[in-house]
Amino acid sequence: MFYAFGAVAVVTSLLVIAQRNPIHSVLLLIASFGALSGLYVLLDAPFAAVIQIIVYAGAIMVLFLFVVMLLNAPHEETEFDERTHPLLRKGAMRLGALLAVVLITELIWALRKGGESGAFPSGSVTSVGAIGRSLFTEYAFPFEVTSILILVAMVGAVVLARKESH
Amino acid sequence: MTRLAIAQIGLILVVFHGLLLAAAGMVWVERRLAAVLQQRLGPNRVGWAGLLQPFADVIKLMFKEELRPKAADAFLFGLAPIISAMCAFAAFAVVPFGGTTTLLGLIPEGFPLQVADVNVAILVVFAIASMSVYGIVLAGWSSNSKYALLGGLRSSAQMISYELSYGMALAAVLLIGNSLSLTDIVNRQAGAWLGFIPRWFIFLQPLGFFIFMTAGVAETNRAPFDFPEAEQELVAGYHTEYSSMSFAMFFLAEYVNMVTVSAVATDLFLGGWHGPLLPESLGWIWFLLKVGFLLFFYVWMRWTLPRYRYDQLMAFGWKVMLPLSVVNLLVTAAGVLYFGL
Repeated sequence: MFYAFGAVAVVTSLLVIAQRNPIHSVLLLIASFGALSGLYVLLDAPFAAVIQIIVYAGAIMVLFLFVVMLLNAPHEETEFDERTHPLLRKGAMRLGALLAVVLITELIWALRKGGESGAFPSGSVTSVGAIGRSLFTEYAFPFEVTSILILVAMVGAVVLARKESH
Repeated sequence: MTRLAIAQIGLILVVFHGLLLAAAGMVWVERRLAAVLQQRLGPNRVGWAGLLQPFADVIKLMFKEELRPKAADAFLFGLAPIISAMCAFAAFAVVPFGGTTTLLGLIPEGFPLQVADVNVAILVVFAIASMSVYGIVLAGWSSNSKYALLGGLRSSAQMISYELSYGMALAAVLLIGNSLSLTDIVNRQAGAWLGFIPRWFIFLQPLGFFIFMTAGVAETNRAPFDFPEAEQELVAGYHTEYSSMSFAMFFLAEYVNMVTVSAVATDLFLGGWHGPLLPESLGWIWFLLKVGFLLFFYVWMRWTLPRYRYDQLMAFGWKVMLPLSVVNLLVTAAGVLYFGL
């Protein structure tokens, strides 16, 4: 079961970036989230699995789909000018290469380290009460920092979206 | 196979076909009630009092030609009604509709009248409800028709807006019920206060019940919130381009969704299968009666209230329902914390 869900998640995630049609990309991403939530069920964390579906597949992706449909962008522009595209400038490509190297290093480090740190106390993610307790005691600081980060992002979005009134 | 396994497979079949029959029955009830409310007769020719009319409709739909617009996205066009119908049926799988039964002693260990006893059942219902919007949105988009697209866009905007209040109303019930399992929540509503008021959560959460039902009507796209398929403006909304059985699947999904919302509301607010007079083993009769009343309410409302305007719907959702549900949640949380309800 793990390999089935894992394979679906990986294949659909790869297909997301291989699609020309943004609507198909969105749908494949939803399928990938569904497979991830299946993995959570296998990990004996039904709460995380259902929240994954509600928050990502149910709420965020509906907004994505909504925006894609509103902008009505059925096909990606394929014939852009290869010399003037901002992502093909020298500086951008160097930065991209650097980021890729950092990401691969981190991935290798995480994979080598992954086997050792399997020390999740059993039962800590199965019940909602246990999740709540550890969120508000042990992980209270990261939790609050995350909420401030989201608040900042919200304020930023409002400022960006506001029309200049004269 | 053990007797328990056979009983459980039987239960799945009963629930599935029960939902199909309930949808067919609702079509008949809706048409007859509409006729009564409009002082006319309604369908009364096929079978006794027109009871076989829904079956005649299904047979007619089956023999119709399956059409697809030339410019439609073939795969998604076919997928959309399947998603709609699947989500409608899947949500009912976690809804309990009776206590533990032994089937007249046939199965000594007893089994609950619920297809899948998930301990986060209420969130599963919410998750599946939030997935069902994809069926409608994709139908609207893949048809490549402006009416269908507008219907799909309206529907997604409406469902996003009302899902928030829906979730908040659910959260308030979770606080009182102190559990995410629907069976536990129903069992906490057994008995009565002062000997005659049933311990239903509707008496603790009248506002929550109002918010839940209003958002539920909006989620199932029924009048007075049936914008995605407003005939006068959008022909038939998201299913304009559908015909034959794929249209029938949208139709079926709408009615099954109504049944599911009513069943969840019964479990959360109306004490599920608990009621006076009947013994525990016949509790499902109470459950059916309560669900039947809520379904009647749906139809009653449809033929009583006119459709809102789109901007009124959005303003109501964001400026009235959402603040109300947040206040309701806060008051409930304070009540649970200080009085330990």
